[in-house]
Amino acid sequence: MNEVPKRSFVQRIHLKLIIWLGLFIGLVYWTASLTGVNLVMFFENFDQFTALLDKMARPDWSYTQLVINPILQTVQMALIGTTIGTLIAIPFSVLAARNIVKNPFIRTIIRFILNLVRTLPDLMLAALFVAIVGIGPIAGVFTLAVFSFGMISKLFYEAIETIDEGPLEALQATGANRSQVVIFAVIPQVFNYFISYFLYTFEINVRASTVLGYLGAGGIGVYLQRSLNEFAYDKTAIIILAILVVVLIIDTISNTMRERLL
Amino acid sequence: MVAENFIEFKDVGKVYPNGTVGLSHINLTIPKGQFLVVVGLSGSGKSTLMRTLNRMHDISSGDIMIDGQSIINYKGKQLRNLRRKIGMIFQNFNLVKRSSVQRNVLSGRVGYYSTWRSALGLFSQADKQKTVEALRRVGLGEKLYTRADQLSGGQQQRVAVARAFMQDPKIVLADEPVASLDPLTTDSVMNDLKKLNDDFGITVIVNLHSLELARKYADRIVGLRGGELVYDKTIDQVTDTDLDNIYQSEGPEPESEAIVMHSATEGVI
Repeated sequence: MNEVPKRSFVQRIHLKLIIWLGLFIGLVYWTASLTGVNLVMFFENFDQFTALLDKMARPDWSYTQLVINPILQTVQMALIGTTIGTLIAIPFSVLAARNIVKNPFIRTIIRFILNLVRTLPDLMLAALFVAIVGIGPIAGVFTLAVFSFGMISKLFYEAIETIDEGPLEALQATGANRSQVVIFAVIPQVFNYFISYFLYTFEINVRASTVLGYLGAGGIGVYLQRSLNEFAYDKTAIIILAILVVVLIIDTISNTMRERLL
Repeated sequence: MVAENFIEFKDVGKVYPNGTVGLSHINLTIPKGQFLVVVGLSGSGKSTLMRTLNRMHDISSGDIMIDGQSIINYKGKQLRNLRRKIGMIFQNFNLVKRSSVQRNVLSGRVGYYSTWRSALGLFSQADKQKTVEALRRVGLGEKLYTRADQLSGGQQQRVAVARAFMQDPKIVLADEPVASLDPLTTDSVMNDLKKLNDDFGITVIVNLHSLELARKYADRIVGLRGGELVYDKTIDQVTDTDLDNIYQSEGPEPESEAIVMHSATEGVI
């Protein structure tokens, strides 16, 4: 009765593992040949890369003064964009959460909208908003707002779906209406997650907004693009260093805050 | 104590969407101010019966009257007004752990406020004072600003009693309120409930596993088995053999199920 069962031959030679491994290697090889990945070329032309690095190794320090304002603008764009996106995301995330909205129809529609928004690449959004509001930081703010909205609402509704549902039942039983249940039983349980995800998205937006400048959406990206077009790699180096410093500062601040919160 | 029929279950039946029978043919009248204890095994329908009163569960047949009014078709505002007069205590306390004790107790009052006023935290001075009073009643006045998750289980349950008190309830429902508490805190929570009953004539309905507790606190004990009312006596008529009968189960079901599963994997009986 109480015997340990013997493993079959297939289990002993780990046949499944071997098959999956073979499939995986085959898939990698197939995609590589299909997309024309050529490692030989990569290493043959590697000196191009070192030549570029060499030029960037002598940064034009006098450029630093000029970079400060645009990089601050980038941070401001990210902050405003993330805030707007977050505020819009809150009601949407509540409506998309399975444990709050029992009606599958409403939830499906809301989730479809959210998926649609997340599908739009941020570069395309930037191009769109530049066309609408013109070149400048406003376009960047709108882009980041929509981008954050898509990302944050997903993070938020997933956080809401993990909460303890007991307090919801308790609040409902006191005669609270739906909004009151959300305000008193849901929000307090997820508030720290919200802050944490806000900071996380803010970090990502600071990085993203450097690229957005390429499309004329304001901030440091405009200067990055200009320096690259002029082959002024000594200036590019300064810009990259500036971005690095800002990202490091924001990373440190938000990591410290998130650790305290959770 | 007024002997009027305050709560009336009339041939109440409940079938869950998956076909499980929750309640069948329940006829029960509860006078105002009674301390009623409902006993029965897990799955006997105790929680369901309790939740039909504040309509957290809807019934499939029959009628329920509270204060002479049928409540089974209440909707929206009317339903919320019914619920705010019925306090509820849960086995798992169901406090918002990250909120302060004060906010948890005040949340018992939100049914009396509009969404906007409660959202902005514009509670009246009287209600804030009442929070203090409610906490003092359960001996936790000094915990007003403490976060709920810093309290022990017994303290959390007493905060839940305070939250129910904030509702100015006519009825308090307690679903296994002491099932996750130690014997010492069990008594303090049961005493808090008894005090609500004694001081304000609030009708209290408690689901319990412990027969000993039932006999200690109840005015009347009813027993459920398989969704049916199998026992109903006032406390002076209750005997030990009666109660043993309620807990007599029909057979060791979970065990037989385990045997079936076992044989299926082994292929041997």
